[in-house]
Amino acid sequence: MTAAIAHRGPDARGFFVSPEAGLGHARLSIVGLEDGHQPMTDETGGLTLAFNGEIFNYAELREDLRARGRRFRTEGDTEVILHLYDEMGEDCLSLLNGDFAFALWDGRRRRMMLARDRMGVRPLFHASSGGTLYFASEIKALLRVPGISARIDPISLDQIFTLWAPLAPRTAFADIQELEPGCFMSLERGRTAARRYWSLDFPPCDAPAPVADETEAAAEIKALLADAVRLRLRADVPVGAYLSGGLDSSLVSALAAGMAPRKLDTFSVTFDSAEHDESAFQAQMAAALGTRHHTVACGPGDIARDFPEVIRFAERPILRTAPAPLFRLSGLVREAGLKVVLTGEGADEVFAGYDIFKEARVRRFCARQPGSNIRAHLFRKLYPYLPGLKKQSAQYLAAFFGAGDTAPDDPLYSHRPRFRTTAAAKLFFSDDLRSALKGYDAAEEMAARLPPAFAAWHPLHQAQYLESRFLLPGYILSSQGDRMAMAHGVEGRFPFLDHRLIELAARLPPETKLKGLREKHILREAAAGLLPPAIGQRPKQPYRAPESRSFTGPGEHEYVRECLSERSIAEGGLFNPTSVARLHAKCRAQPVTGYRDNTAFVGILSTQLWQRTFARQGRSIDRAA
Amino acid sequence: MQDIKDRVRSFVIENFLFGDTSYPLADDASLIENDIVDSTAVLELVAFIEDSFGIVLADADIVPANLDSLSRIAAFVGARVGAQAA
Repeated sequence: MTAAIAHRGPDARGFFVSPEAGLGHARLSIVGLEDGHQPMTDETGGLTLAFNGEIFNYAELREDLRARGRRFRTEGDTEVILHLYDEMGEDCLSLLNGDFAFALWDGRRRRMMLARDRMGVRPLFHASSGGTLYFASEIKALLRVPGISARIDPISLDQIFTLWAPLAPRTAFADIQELEPGCFMSLERGRTAARRYWSLDFPPCDAPAPVADETEAAAEIKALLADAVRLRLRADVPVGAYLSGGLDSSLVSALAAGMAPRKLDTFSVTFDSAEHDESAFQAQMAAALGTRHHTVACGPGDIARDFPEVIRFAERPILRTAPAPLFRLSGLVREAGLKVVLTGEGADEVFAGYDIFKEARVRRFCARQPGSNIRAHLFRKLYPYLPGLKKQSAQYLAAFFGAGDTAPDDPLYSHRPRFRTTAAAKLFFSDDLRSALKGYDAAEEMAARLPPAFAAWHPLHQAQYLESRFLLPGYILSSQGDRMAMAHGVEGRFPFLDHRLIELAARLPPETKLKGLREKHILREAAAGLLPPAIGQRPKQPYRAPESRSFTGPGEHEYVRECLSERSIAEGGLFNPTSVARLHAKCRAQPVTGYRDNTAFVGILSTQLWQRTFARQGRSIDRAA
Repeated sequence: MQDIKDRVRSFVIENFLFGDTSYPLADDASLIENDIVDSTAVLELVAFIEDSFGIVLADADIVPANLDSLSRIAAFVGARVGAQAA
């Protein structure tokens, strides 16, 4: 099992075996290079820990523990967890500021505890076989266990083809579950129990603001973000930074450049298509900060070449090619000799940067006067980078964005258009798959999981919750985050996901985050003076990569033809072979492919690759009776 | 009129439903509300109408009132073709 995840920890391997429990660890050495070997057992011999990730505030926690008389044998963060658990049990989790997934064997209580960080940066999967609980950072390790199979879970496929990601604890694999972010699970005397120790919370609509004014809020954000960066620069190896050219990564890089003990290395992807490329902004920012800047070009041919590996590491079907350039980028980091990078990920969730937040606001504005053609023009302002939309009449814009509009108090109001347009790709599902799904509705399951307080939150906060609780861990931090970085043994660190910053931002009034249609307003205020105005005031450009045309241009790869052939599609049993053949032909023939067709193409291709990689033992789904 | 509707129906089934003839595509069903077209598909539809029926659509013609169901498209195209022939 440990060998299957050697890419996550190429620096060392260690094992702990007792009559009742075993732990294996593949180490990426970042803190405590000499004395941080794992699994680590405490000095009593009763507690043993295998831990992936970092506890960024370990130095402060260790000082507190020392002041209480605790003695340390090592200088790193691993031993801090052991001492804290010894004192507080699972309550220690609330003190940890970090990105972690760990397994702690308490031999005294004969209890195994699994725990995962608040937002879901580090993955943790588990499965049972023959009365034994198995767990690992990646699914491929669990698939080494006899009795754990790679059958696809049809419900998860429906979730991916609606919500972009499975709803944890579900994974793409029917036999395997994920420990949810912010949760821990214990196995004691044959009984398993999972509990949440942290959850994202927002104030009721009528709650008073926690700070006096915007100036004070911006100052507090700036101070907290700087501290989050400072903590995340802690390492016994150099720490670099991803630089997309947008506000978030530029801000993180600017703060890091001012604190790093040596010249900061920054890393960017460039594209040959103008609609995706941000290299001018990246170069401007790198020059302004004086970083040692590294770039890697990503063309459509690169995406197609890397895609099978991307799916092998993502371990799930995906609807977008965006993880592929990040796979290349982490390779560049490794080539440069680094294994830790800061990124700007998380700012769009925490400070309301995504277009979907603005879109929901404009939809509500339009719904007040349904016949208005003037109001619908605002949709054009939201998506200036989508040429297909720019050409549409106001009537069509109103119809597209108002299609199926639900009542304003629908808890999923903000995300309904995305879920609908994504789910349109289910047109390609086979009759057998439809039959297995029995009318299942992924969006309704999501709605059923919302906390009771949700209804009292402001609509923007409701939308932020949906992004942060579901899409962030389910897609952004996994398929685009940990899994692509760890494919090359690179650890991503996310200052915007410091829980202190998340909790402060959640309490701020919605208008400080999305001011009119100005996204991340308060963050821009906080960034004033730290960034060149051209970067600091730049409207958000979503990170995207070329989709179906990456695969269908000249020199189409053999695996694409093979995966989408009528024979392969029929063998897999998940999609309609004739429809897929027509889609493939259409994407080959047309210079521009729409949202639904791109989603379907990438989703189907990735599902076929997923099957080919993991589920070779035959059809993934039984034929309908 | 029926001929126009049939040709458009065939186009919609082939290009937007990818040959799924079992889909219950009613004459008056909204193509948007039923997720059959997105913003790119509307432009594909316009190109098909122009190429197939020898008419040119002005920006003001490209509205759901003219194009959002088989019936609306047939009525709009029929009127245009008729006016052109007169």
